[in-house]
Amino acid sequence: MGALSRAEAQERAPQPVTIDLAEVGVRALNAELHAPTATSYEVLHPHGAHSIAAGVHDEIDVGVRGHAGYFCAGMNQRGRVVVDGSAGNGVAENMMSGSVRVRGDASQAAGATGRGGLLVVEGRASMRCGISMKGIDIVVGGDIGAMGAFMAQAGRLVVCGDAGDALGDSIYEARLYVRGRTGTLGADCVEKPVRDEHLAELRELLTAAGLDHDPAEFRRFGSARGLYHFTGDHGSY
Amino acid sequence: MCGIIGLHLRDPELHPMLGRLLDDMLCGVSERGPDSVGIAVYGDETRNPAGHTAVSVLRAPGDLAATVATLLPGAPDVRVQPAGDTTVVTAPVDVDALTAAAVAAAPDALVVGSGHELVVYKGAGHPQDLARTYGLREVSGWQGVAHTRMATESAINPEGCHPYSVGADQCLVHNGSFSNHATIRRELRRQGVSFDSENDTEVGARFVAACLAEGDDLEKALLRLGETFDGFYTLLVTTAEGFAVVRDEIACKPAVIAEHPRWVAMASEFRALADLPGIDEARIFEPDPGKVYTWGR
Repeated sequence: MGALSRAEAQERAPQPVTIDLAEVGVRALNAELHAPTATSYEVLHPHGAHSIAAGVHDEIDVGVRGHAGYFCAGMNQRGRVVVDGSAGNGVAENMMSGSVRVRGDASQAAGATGRGGLLVVEGRASMRCGISMKGIDIVVGGDIGAMGAFMAQAGRLVVCGDAGDALGDSIYEARLYVRGRTGTLGADCVEKPVRDEHLAELRELLTAAGLDHDPAEFRRFGSARGLYHFTGDHGSY
Repeated sequence: MCGIIGLHLRDPELHPMLGRLLDDMLCGVSERGPDSVGIAVYGDETRNPAGHTAVSVLRAPGDLAATVATLLPGAPDVRVQPAGDTTVVTAPVDVDALTAAAVAAAPDALVVGSGHELVVYKGAGHPQDLARTYGLREVSGWQGVAHTRMATESAINPEGCHPYSVGADQCLVHNGSFSNHATIRRELRRQGVSFDSENDTEVGARFVAACLAEGDDLEKALLRLGETFDGFYTLLVTTAEGFAVVRDEIACKPAVIAEHPRWVAMASEFRALADLPGIDEARIFEPDPGKVYTWGR
């Protein structure tokens, strides 16, 4: 038996269930997504509403057709969420697994405290992108604002454009890759050599994000591990 | 929390729609500040007629128009428009004369705005209810701002509403809190500035008014504010000439700007901008920390 052609496969794929936020509220949408009766959803007229597709914990696809407000796809587990627009504060905050793709820009604190999964922002991300990230992978197609990866603890942040000031301030771990210019580096954040294993993981992340930049164009930043221990004797206080 | 919206119309064809556009924007920030709302509009000639000036007053007595008329030379055409807690008084005299007459006529009242172009409304209550009280959807003009308040540092009453309008045709709205306002208030008092409240935002407004009175433009005044004030803030400042936005250096308080050939708008959240005509073609961005953005007429 031959494989299905792309068109045939498309035809057999279940049509997404459409939920129009001009007709029902976000609570009704999320109630359906939390106990899904389908595998694929399309959300119309998001209009910047908050908490769209927050708390998804099944392997479902959710397409948001327009701009989303705060906390879109927050706490995502296993879901695959695509926003065909921009997203407000805290997109994919505390994501555990799965993926979130924002085709436009993301506001502040994108991917905050995320523990796993992949967040892709095709446009720019604002300040505090990846704040306190704990294992999430974040790939940003454009620039990120100031204070990116603030207090980052684990995971990887890839910035294909420029990074704003105070990058990686008070970073514990996490690996940061920047293709463009960087502003100031935050406390305890330093540039580090790019070795083969870094090129390999960058290639993997860029491929997963659907970007074809040469990994050799990126610089790597991380923790100098100088803030892990108190160094003063406190005698001067 | 608090919500801010501001709209500066570049295209005169949109001027008759100012109130409707502001009302739609207000819906998007009502949840951020359900306690009270203040609104300022520029260029509505039915509310502030050409050749007149307007003074907005809280706690106005019922006979305000007659008393103000007797205090002004030549007994001019004094008109009064009540709108909830706010009363708007207009007369064909200069701003200082009308303000002085209103204060003399009603010593217990509080002047909350004045200008050639400007009308200010303030009140405690749900933003959408108050928008109806103010007749917001019928407003026309070229610029407007509104602030929905979730009070954190002073009482929920019309006096605590933003905008703070402390100079002719000037307005300042604030999301955040200043932490060194008491020190700056003392310094301004030493320089002869008087205050109506203990509110932190009023100190910001008085500081900006003092800078503008010294000849600074809006950008310089707001850069000086950034050097002097400590705390969290997103500010929207308007005058008869234009519109400015600034955030503190940490920029915790949200702000989204949308710029379109027909208008410039600013709001705490995108959803307040979502219904503006042509929003899909607008350049939408978040203002950088510490940077002053200005637009002129």
